[in-house]
Amino acid sequence: MQAGRPVDPHPQHKVPSPARIDLRLPPAKKTPKYCRYPTGKGASIGTEKNMLTSTPPVISVGALAARIANGAKVVLPPDYSGCAMAVVAELMRRRVRDLHLIGAPVIGFQADQLIGAGCVAGIEAAAITLGEHGLAPRFTAALKRGEIEMWDATCPAIHAGLQASEKGVPFMPMRGLIGSDLLRVRPDWKVIDNPLAEDGKRDPIAIIPAIRPDIALFHAAKADAHGNIWIGIRRELMLMAHASKSTLVTVEEIVEGNLLDDPALAAGTISSLYVTALAVAPHGAAPIGLADCYDADGAALAGYATAARTADGFRDWLDRHLERALVPA
Amino acid sequence: MSTQDQARLSNAENMIAAIAPMLRGLGHVAVGSQSPIPGSAALLAQALSGGTMRVSILGSREQNPFTDGGRELFDCAGQGRIDAFFLSGGQIDGAANINLVGTGDIETYPRHQQRFPGSFGSAYLYFVVPRVILFREEHTPRTLVRAVDFISAPGTSAPEVYRPGGPHALVTSRCVFSFDKPTARFTLLSVHPGVTVDEVRACTGFDYAVPPVVPQTPAPDASTLALLRGDIAQMVAKTYPAFALKTWGNSIAQ
Repeated sequence: MQAGRPVDPHPQHKVPSPARIDLRLPPAKKTPKYCRYPTGKGASIGTEKNMLTSTPPVISVGALAARIANGAKVVLPPDYSGCAMAVVAELMRRRVRDLHLIGAPVIGFQADQLIGAGCVAGIEAAAITLGEHGLAPRFTAALKRGEIEMWDATCPAIHAGLQASEKGVPFMPMRGLIGSDLLRVRPDWKVIDNPLAEDGKRDPIAIIPAIRPDIALFHAAKADAHGNIWIGIRRELMLMAHASKSTLVTVEEIVEGNLLDDPALAAGTISSLYVTALAVAPHGAAPIGLADCYDADGAALAGYATAARTADGFRDWLDRHLERALVPA
Repeated sequence: MSTQDQARLSNAENMIAAIAPMLRGLGHVAVGSQSPIPGSAALLAQALSGGTMRVSILGSREQNPFTDGGRELFDCAGQGRIDAFFLSGGQIDGAANINLVGTGDIETYPRHQQRFPGSFGSAYLYFVVPRVILFREEHTPRTLVRAVDFISAPGTSAPEVYRPGGPHALVTSRCVFSFDKPTARFTLLSVHPGVTVDEVRACTGFDYAVPPVVPQTPAPDASTLALLRGDIAQMVAKTYPAFALKTWGNSIAQ
């Protein structure tokens, strides 16, 4: 069994679990290699033509979304981080199917919209919420009807699972959890006796299997010509990228030079080593907002939360939203 | 507004006034996202601490010291660097178990009668933060139940389980309960102004101890109340604008 793929704790449900759905990546010819550091020398903004070089290609938002196959296991950031909303719109336009979403560690509008559009088979998160705009209505409705699988978690368990993947180890130990019903609904989480405990002392401790997403998807303020991504203090995005098999990023802009040359910027930069492909999407986190770039559009978010209370309201919202959203090049 | 009206505290202010003294003397108080009442209490306690208390508020731009992503708060707490934190629950029971997942028989999980957002960091922080203060504005038999339907995080643990932390008190819009770890039971500590002991009993789904005399929750003195409604309200508005507007009105909104 592949590490990090949860055992289906709810076999009575008829919807396909992530253990059974197709988790393959897109065909190999579309998967770029990203195993070498860019040398800087001769590295340039990539295109589809040179995607087998070490510099991640810059492609359109539509082409970026096209790299997310049906059944992919995708890790997404919380609303306070960097959400690639332009790509989410493309996924809904394409009606991608059977995604397994992981919130790192909680998730909001991205999940609710993708669930409402019928794109999601299962979700793992410590919470699904629209924050000050209330409960996530399409998530709640889909769960009630048994349309999606749920893997309830707690924030540090998601972090621990991603850290295990980041380190290439099968699990991470974690305090807490013992006595929580989360352990009943997460049979993939185990409790072991600490093998390093003092002699004769019992010390039960939970272990969380590595979470190895197919894809990390997020939005950031800027990339450079080498494909390095500046994320500042939003370092859960770095954890997501380190832990995932591939990383797809939208950015507000691509800047001249090399972000790794300046130590002040390099500390908040994800090296292109981890970046598979990127697209430029100005205002790509709207209407959720991007810290220090632009604020959330409260009226748009409230409008969504109201519309999504019913399936019909959501469909009307989706039609209007996709008309407004970027058309893929 | 008469002087009497000005002195009257709203539900939120009663809760803030009840929580702030519980933080006295602590070095580092952390506040989760979407927790404006504890956030206000922590900022008030910090202002009264003479600069000895650090307050970290998730979701705040200015009151947030973390630079290593979402995980840092939890790693920090796991090392014992956080003295107090706040948790709530869709349901809270008499053994201080909290439910942030959903209602209904657990055998029907995840098809709950009512789904809540999820457990957030509770299943970890409840174990490792020494002083966890539970808060829930709605004090009804629906929220304070005999036994929660789903234990996101348990109130107490078996002796062999590593648990330096746990519940300290439960603050609602009607009263304050203290929690006694050895008996795993709440005691009614005080009732807010205008609330009776009988009213608390009628509105609470779980059993708890009641001392012969139940005092009223101490009201903040005039200067503390002025501080709360002045500087603290301005600070709170930066992170929780909707809450500040509702609690303190237009004069506070940025």
